[in-house]
Amino acid sequence: MNLLLVVPLLIPLGTAGALLLVRNHLRPQRWVSLAGSIGSLIAAIALFVAVLSDGILVLQMGGWQAPFGITLVADRFSAVMVLVASIVSLSVAVYSLFAADEPRVRFGYYPLIQILMMGVCGAFLTGDIFNLYVWFEVMLIASFVLLSLGGRGAQIEAALKYVTLNLLSSIIFLSATGILYGAVGTLNMADAALRLDALEQQGLVTAMSMLFLTAFGIKAAVFPLFAWLPASYHTPPAAVSALFAGLLTKVGVYALIRVFTLMFDQDPGFTDPLILTIAMLTMVSGVMGAMVQTDLRRILSFHIVSQIGYMIMGLGLGTVLGLAGGIFYMIHHIIVKTTLFLVSGVVARASGSYRLADIGGLYSRYRLLPILFLVPALSLAGIPPFSGFFAKLALVQAGLDAEAWLVVGVSLAVSLVTLYSMTKIWAGAFWSPRPEPTATASSATMPSGPPTVDGHAVAPGPTDTIEPAPARGRPLARAASLRPLLLPIAGMAVLTIAIGIAAEPVYQFSLAAAEELLDPGAYIEAVLGPTP
Amino acid sequence: MELILALIVGVLFACGVYALLRRSMIRLVIGLVLVSQAANLLIITAAGLTRDEPPIVSGDGGNSLAEQAAMADPVPQALVLTAIVISFGVVAFALVLVRRAFQTLGTDDLDEIPTADVSDA
Repeated sequence: MNLLLVVPLLIPLGTAGALLLVRNHLRPQRWVSLAGSIGSLIAAIALFVAVLSDGILVLQMGGWQAPFGITLVADRFSAVMVLVASIVSLSVAVYSLFAADEPRVRFGYYPLIQILMMGVCGAFLTGDIFNLYVWFEVMLIASFVLLSLGGRGAQIEAALKYVTLNLLSSIIFLSATGILYGAVGTLNMADAALRLDALEQQGLVTAMSMLFLTAFGIKAAVFPLFAWLPASYHTPPAAVSALFAGLLTKVGVYALIRVFTLMFDQDPGFTDPLILTIAMLTMVSGVMGAMVQTDLRRILSFHIVSQIGYMIMGLGLGTVLGLAGGIFYMIHHIIVKTTLFLVSGVVARASGSYRLADIGGLYSRYRLLPILFLVPALSLAGIPPFSGFFAKLALVQAGLDAEAWLVVGVSLAVSLVTLYSMTKIWAGAFWSPRPEPTATASSATMPSGPPTVDGHAVAPGPTDTIEPAPARGRPLARAASLRPLLLPIAGMAVLTIAIGIAAEPVYQFSLAAAEELLDPGAYIEAVLGPTP
Repeated sequence: MELILALIVGVLFACGVYALLRRSMIRLVIGLVLVSQAANLLIITAAGLTRDEPPIVSGDGGNSLAEQAAMADPVPQALVLTAIVISFGVVAFALVLVRRAFQTLGTDDLDEIPTADVSDA
């Protein structure tokens, strides 16, 4: 029995319940949500430490022994994902403290975030394939509501695409699970791994693995299934898109890695080159998409796609080094991407727009904001000494070791183009002069003065109600009004620097996690008990 | 029986995908309903069909091993029940979303939505 495993699920659930009890009181909601996120982080740290010292932890729910009951499992990979997810959740909770607008809070913004976190942590911790499906649904339904909450035209349109494609992916996942159960008669992933190896019809196994690849591929937004991501991530408020950007696709990547290292490792000669090809195309298509965009968040959205490619590349290389690089990249990416989306929210609050052409002049106006953009942006592009450099270094080394020259070349070229994109944002939003108001914009009704952010009762700021046109020429917001929003961002930026400085321990950890993944014997034994 | 059900699964998937690809939003929802039903039926069929042998242990607990082996497998039934409940909730949400989309966007034709999904370069 190891109750630590269930705590990261119970805390968000309990917090969500408590939040619903105080749903009509705005101020308690903020503090309860903050307390819940801090509690989750503490639980995640405890779990992480326990996994580091004791190895793989297993909890059989309800005392039913595997493979009959639902099993929760935490190995190094799960534990670190839960930890990073909790960090993201906390930073978003702090950001929302100052940025969430009143109507959203009234309609259940905070409980939804907690439910989303529960789904994410559940997906990371479960050892049962059908239970994974259920956690996916928990996460998805919360994300559906968070995405469409507010009900502007663009959001509704985005939600339609997002909901349809993600539901389709869930249905493919469900079908694959059904076929898996039909073939091996178990839902426990460790048990299924053993029985799949023993199965005579290996063709069926490959077919199943392709169904899982498609289902998780849609969730992870790999080429050519990523269309829903850039179509939706730029519409909700910044805090929500930061949460989505940091976590949702990574749950898909996590599921891919878990499923392909644990269950479908029978035919690497077929799956690895396929995954590697997908990885390459994902990197390239994402970064090319970003090049032509002019909206801050759409650029960042396309970069998520591109970077999913790097993580999948780690899986496709099929070596310990490659997978370690992929895991390192995931840790780095979740932190950096969340930071960048939060920065984009502050930029929009300062200037009233997400469009590069309408922003401008931030560098001369603010001191801290440009630095807080630059750190994650350079980290994303892979400039030393930030975390992104070491993540990419690990992947490139692994690629060279595996003699996968093409994918290494592509990944290096893509990171150069990433740098170009970040430079474009830097030049457009920070260095270029503030654009003059156009004739149409100046005659339109403009928000009078900078948005007021006074700590608790925040007026619906421009972050949440931006329409394309009227930002141009509006005076930039006072630096002091943005300062509280920079707090979580600064924390995350420090974290990416810290990972860069402490790259060696993080890399060693990733190596250990990758070894654990590629040698599923220990995982299976931990779940099913020692084999006679 | 398996063959018939397999065919029905195929037809349901085909109809569902066809409806999903239509331009009307309400057909989108119908498509989602059809494919999720197809998936449910697929689980039941793939897990094997057993007639007239409900998975109920007799009162004295005295089912023999042979009897137990002949019983229907309760797990796929539990899975499908769960899946039905989930798809019920999700479809309810999708219906509300589509209604809201019709109110906000003024059309139920996906091609006529004034799209924000293009670059303004």
